[in-house]
Amino acid sequence: MGSVIVLAEAGEQGVSKPTLELLTLARRLGEPVVVVLGETTGEVVQTLGRHGATAVLTVAEPALQEGLPAPRAEALAQLAGDRQASVVLLTSTPDAKDVAGRLAVRLTAALVTDAIDVQPGEGGVVTRQSVFAGSWTVEAASTADVAVVTVKPNSVEAEEAPVEPAVETVQVTLSETSTAVRVLESSPKAATGRPELTEAAIVVSGGRGTGGDFAAVEAFADALGAAVGASRAAVDSGWYPHAYQIGQTGKTVSPQLYVAAGISGAIQHRAGMQTSRAVVAVNKDPEAPIFEMADLGVVGDLHTVLPAVTEQLRDARG
Amino acid sequence: MRIVTLVKYVPDATGERGFSEDGTVDREGTDGRLSELDEYAVEQSLRLAEASDDEVEVVALTMGPDDAADAIKKALQIGASSGVHVCDDDIAGSDALGTSLVLAAAIRKLEPDLVITGMASTDGVMGVLPAMLSERLGWPGLTLAHTVELDGRTLTVVRDGDTASQRVQAELPAVLSVTDQSGEPRYPGLKNVMAAKKKKVEEWDLDDLGLEADAVGAAAALTTVRETAPRPPRQAGRVVTDSDGSGAAALTEFLTAGKYV
Repeated sequence: MGSVIVLAEAGEQGVSKPTLELLTLARRLGEPVVVVLGETTGEVVQTLGRHGATAVLTVAEPALQEGLPAPRAEALAQLAGDRQASVVLLTSTPDAKDVAGRLAVRLTAALVTDAIDVQPGEGGVVTRQSVFAGSWTVEAASTADVAVVTVKPNSVEAEEAPVEPAVETVQVTLSETSTAVRVLESSPKAATGRPELTEAAIVVSGGRGTGGDFAAVEAFADALGAAVGASRAAVDSGWYPHAYQIGQTGKTVSPQLYVAAGISGAIQHRAGMQTSRAVVAVNKDPEAPIFEMADLGVVGDLHTVLPAVTEQLRDARG
Repeated sequence: MRIVTLVKYVPDATGERGFSEDGTVDREGTDGRLSELDEYAVEQSLRLAEASDDEVEVVALTMGPDDAADAIKKALQIGASSGVHVCDDDIAGSDALGTSLVLAAAIRKLEPDLVITGMASTDGVMGVLPAMLSERLGWPGLTLAHTVELDGRTLTVVRDGDTASQRVQAELPAVLSVTDQSGEPRYPGLKNVMAAKKKKVEEWDLDDLGLEADAVGAAAALTTVRETAPRPPRQAGRVVTDSDGSGAAALTEFLTAGKYV
């Protein structure tokens, strides 16, 4: 079996959940080799080993720390070449897709984005994707020597498969071309204390029906340990930051449970949440299209319904 | 200065979308339009052109079958100066690698100072083309920008990355992709619609780009679609009309029964 490179999202907070999901997929395809672009800690290595990483390569090149895609792609291309990798797996995020596209050009690799499943096949990996706002599933087979695949979070349950990883610090050479972009200023996103939107098991989103007041949505989300999202209407009205927008031009989520509060459910919104396991809708308008796809629909005012449920959940917990 | 704006003709997202028997997107059975997200790229090109002291030409570039000309037509109506349509039977079935090869060749031929794209198409939604073009052209790539500033040959943008918001900068020539937060696209007025009819649209084929037929299209694609299947539509479940707390009770019961709490 050839090696399968997994680009890790790892930092001071440890290893991201999607990275561990990638490792579970990588074990089906070959020898999982994890690449950490930046510093690593003993704890990170331990977690990666517990999930089946046979090797952990760290690249401590300062230009890679800024997160820009071009140098990251160049570094990964060199490591994929050195290790004769047959597959490179990345988490489907906008930044990782930038890296994946560049890497595919460099390696002349088959490129699949937003996969929901990856399996070994005869000629190369076989992937499944959910397309057209989640209304179709496409199965595709790679016919190239190398495949670069970005995988959506929550596509697979991360499983443990403990091994002792070989840890190695490696050097890469970065060209002038891939370091031509300068970072003038970088402000890390403020921590909300809530789970990451694309990784959360439960997502509660607010839309036009909030009238700009997200307090009920946030309190309900916190009672469930859920992430908070917003519809484009709410974001365009300036009620919630764009980073939390769910839909075609925002984030795509596939949680166990999606709660749409005061969201009518336009196709552009459904594109971002259609593959959720279960959907609950709370909306004053009984004609809202979101009710056509909700496992439970509550026709009512979210500002009444959600606080009542929040209170009941708190009472039940004592 | 010359700006090339990439535009794509896509099936309307509000209609029924599906696949043809050969596994490619069905473009016959549905209404098409200029991908909504590309309108932001056209808008940004025009804003930069208007803010510049130089004469700026905005060329709308597309590739695809005959219908794709409609994407250029719309871009010209919004305000682009001219169009280039790369059209060749051998392009059909290209994957992202093939598509980026063709577009990069067309861009080289146009010798622009700046390439502007939307953040993704509304049909493929891979969102990888800007990065692939930047890699192929060897030009800096600034992607997912919501604020754009051009000072001489220096391009500065603000982008919201996965973990940080960054202000980044590079020198032209460059590839830029803009989000739907970068500025509302203008509507083409009647005057522009009339003027668009007189604007020049060139048609290029693979020969014009110096590309071999076997380097692109379905033959060169590195992924083969094995199966496409419509997902069973989600079914509407129970609907409770809230009255005297019945809505909250139903929701609490749903959460408890599903072990979400």
